[in-house]
Amino acid sequence: MSENLAQQDSPPGAAALLIISAAGAFLGLMATALSPDPLFRLEGWIFTLAALAAAAALTVGVANGRYQADPRRYEDGVIRAGAIATVFWAIVGMLVGVVIALQLAWPRIFYFPEAGWLNFGRLRPLHTSGVIFAFGGNALIATSFYVVQRTCRARLAGGLAGWFVFWGYQLFIVMAAVGYLAGITEGREYAEPEWFVDLWLTIVWVAYLLVFLGTIWKRKEPHIYVANWFYLAFIVTVALLHIVNNLSLPVSLLGAKSYSLFAGVQDALTQWWYGHNAVGFFLTAGFLAMMYYFVPKRAERPVYSYRLSIVHFWSLIFIYIWAGPHHLHYTALPQWAQTLGMTFSVMLWMPSWGGMINGLMTLSGAWDKLRTDPVLRMMAVAVGFYGMSTFEGPLMSIRSVNALSHYTDWTIGHVHSGALGWVGFISFGAIYCLVPWLWKKEKLHSDALVEWHFWIATLGLLLYIAAMWVSGIGEGLMWREYTPQGFLANSFVETVSAKHVENIVRALGGLMYLSGALIMAYNIYRTIRQPAPAVLPEASGPIVAAAA
Amino acid sequence: MWKNHSKLERHSLLLVLGILLVVSVGGLVEIAPLFFLEGTIEKVKGVRPYTPLEQAGRDIYVREGCYVCHSQMIRPLRDEVERYGPYSLAAESMYDHPFQWGSKRTGPDLARVGGKYSDAWHVQHLADPRSVVPESIMPPYAFLAHKDLKVDDIEARLRTLTRVGVPYTEAALKNAEADLLAQVDPTASGASLAKAYGDRVNRRDFDGDPERLTEMDALVAYLQMLGTLVDFRTYEAGAAENLR
Repeated sequence: MSENLAQQDSPPGAAALLIISAAGAFLGLMATALSPDPLFRLEGWIFTLAALAAAAALTVGVANGRYQADPRRYEDGVIRAGAIATVFWAIVGMLVGVVIALQLAWPRIFYFPEAGWLNFGRLRPLHTSGVIFAFGGNALIATSFYVVQRTCRARLAGGLAGWFVFWGYQLFIVMAAVGYLAGITEGREYAEPEWFVDLWLTIVWVAYLLVFLGTIWKRKEPHIYVANWFYLAFIVTVALLHIVNNLSLPVSLLGAKSYSLFAGVQDALTQWWYGHNAVGFFLTAGFLAMMYYFVPKRAERPVYSYRLSIVHFWSLIFIYIWAGPHHLHYTALPQWAQTLGMTFSVMLWMPSWGGMINGLMTLSGAWDKLRTDPVLRMMAVAVGFYGMSTFEGPLMSIRSVNALSHYTDWTIGHVHSGALGWVGFISFGAIYCLVPWLWKKEKLHSDALVEWHFWIATLGLLLYIAAMWVSGIGEGLMWREYTPQGFLANSFVETVSAKHVENIVRALGGLMYLSGALIMAYNIYRTIRQPAPAVLPEASGPIVAAAA
Repeated sequence: MWKNHSKLERHSLLLVLGILLVVSVGGLVEIAPLFFLEGTIEKVKGVRPYTPLEQAGRDIYVREGCYVCHSQMIRPLRDEVERYGPYSLAAESMYDHPFQWGSKRTGPDLARVGGKYSDAWHVQHLADPRSVVPESIMPPYAFLAHKDLKVDDIEARLRTLTRVGVPYTEAALKNAEADLLAQVDPTASGASLAKAYGDRVNRRDFDGDPERLTEMDALVAYLQMLGTLVDFRTYEAGAAENLR
């Protein structure tokens, strides 16, 4: 940082943020003090302490003249924090997943009669939100901040706003997670946080959109790069989904409980419109953006087809939104809506594979790198799993197939082939790319450890999916099995005990996948602690060519 | 076409607008009509709002995340109707805020579990599932029997539900706490409970401990009424208005 810059006062954003933090701490303290609801007070304390910590950090920072920004450089601090948070939450989320898998395999050992907060019903949302929103969300925010700066050749907009998004998002995760364990929930899958946590996320998300758009507005490239279209679609649509699906009326402004605005069938379709598009826009569009930046960058090849990316982008976001009703086949949802959902789900196969082809064919002329570069291989396998699960999805959305697959472990297997295979691997790949770039190291501490991670995780993932195919299709068939006399052949609990071995295999697969993540954490820690190389690699140099 | 697309690539707000337009269509076409089309919810006799005790039990059902393993939606398939009972109607969840149809059957469907087992079975099963079903993988909920049910905010809860569309009368709201207590006490008069919710409401001590009103009382009361409201002897599935 140059001398004259360091002598400037702190940017006005820091002072504004300080005032907001102090006001937030005051509001949180008042709400905590006045609330008769012990659960609400617990969340109130967390919010108050976080706001106080933010205010304290900002006070010290402003007083010491920190937060000087060199506009000629990229804002990478917040991305470094995001990369670490991504790895941290990956391990937490996957660990909870292993615990609940063990609970289903050995309920006599892993349940505690007097500890309601450790029951499957409360831990399962912790696992799903932990991996989707904490791990996936941090990966998306961190990579989007990286990609938007590089592809726009502009520093992240909004000064400290990027840090507000980062810490605000972590606060959302902690409040949601503590709430799940304490029994604060809206009872909607993948949208369990209660009304006040939802409001907080809305504020953070709007800030996120503004930072992202603001950076695009500052761009020195005439065109907005394709990865940014996907990030934008992800941010905008998730905001829309989040707000509509979480419309609810709190019982008291000083209490945790709320009731959803809609009921029954309308509530069900709103929820699955949200639920399926949490997959479509959070777990697909956002991670496709990752693919569109990191795969070409790593392979050192241009994106295969520009036109394919246009067609695939618009058709994907148009068709995805319709697919929700396939979660409600044969339910009390009117049949016309089910049929629409099924039709569009089958159509969705095409844009999905358009994206897969565009990603895989980007490797044209660089296929040999799959042999030598485990990071690129990880991302290529991710794209492969994306193709596989976006084929399986349309298949399962066909009503007659769904009659068998719905309510069974097959769905769980399908979700995990997408989540572990696609979302997990593309994120790991991006993190492995990012860490040496961000910390200005020549390369990762160990490529061999990446190989270990890749193979343990891949084998674990295959065990997981195979176990769930067997148990899901098995239980689906057992539920509808008849004796020759025309009676149901199996009581329900017989179909539960039939899955015992598969439940164990699933836990083992999950444990292997988690082990891979632990190996990654160690590798990344060692990479960060490496001594700096004498000559900085090119990717981390100062940006704005004109200024440098 | 390719040339025109570059306009979107150069103007971020046009791009955002385009995204918003494109992603709005599907939701509008699929969800909005459900609020207007009359056939969406059948006209069927018997469906009523939950009693205060049942609603308190339902809130516990939601709080404990029962929906992650139990569905409340019987599909019109031969094996499901034979295993669980008549397939679920939209009307049966019209007062469910939020809906709890679920998406997974790690345990069996509960849409019609009401009346299938005794209260004592439910209490024992919830406290220690494997003591009655050795192969069960359900978590234990023994703590519910030791936790007093919170009743002082039940009126506020029902009042909130009326604001989102559940038709509780003003009298029912005023009497919410008394009605809740009357449902677990067969010696109380229960006249206002019967007036508001009909005379088929289950009235008894549910958890086997008449000395205390616990969360177990509320949850069992909720489970025991699930799926029992509609009289399927009077429901004609083949009638024109019920074909959707």
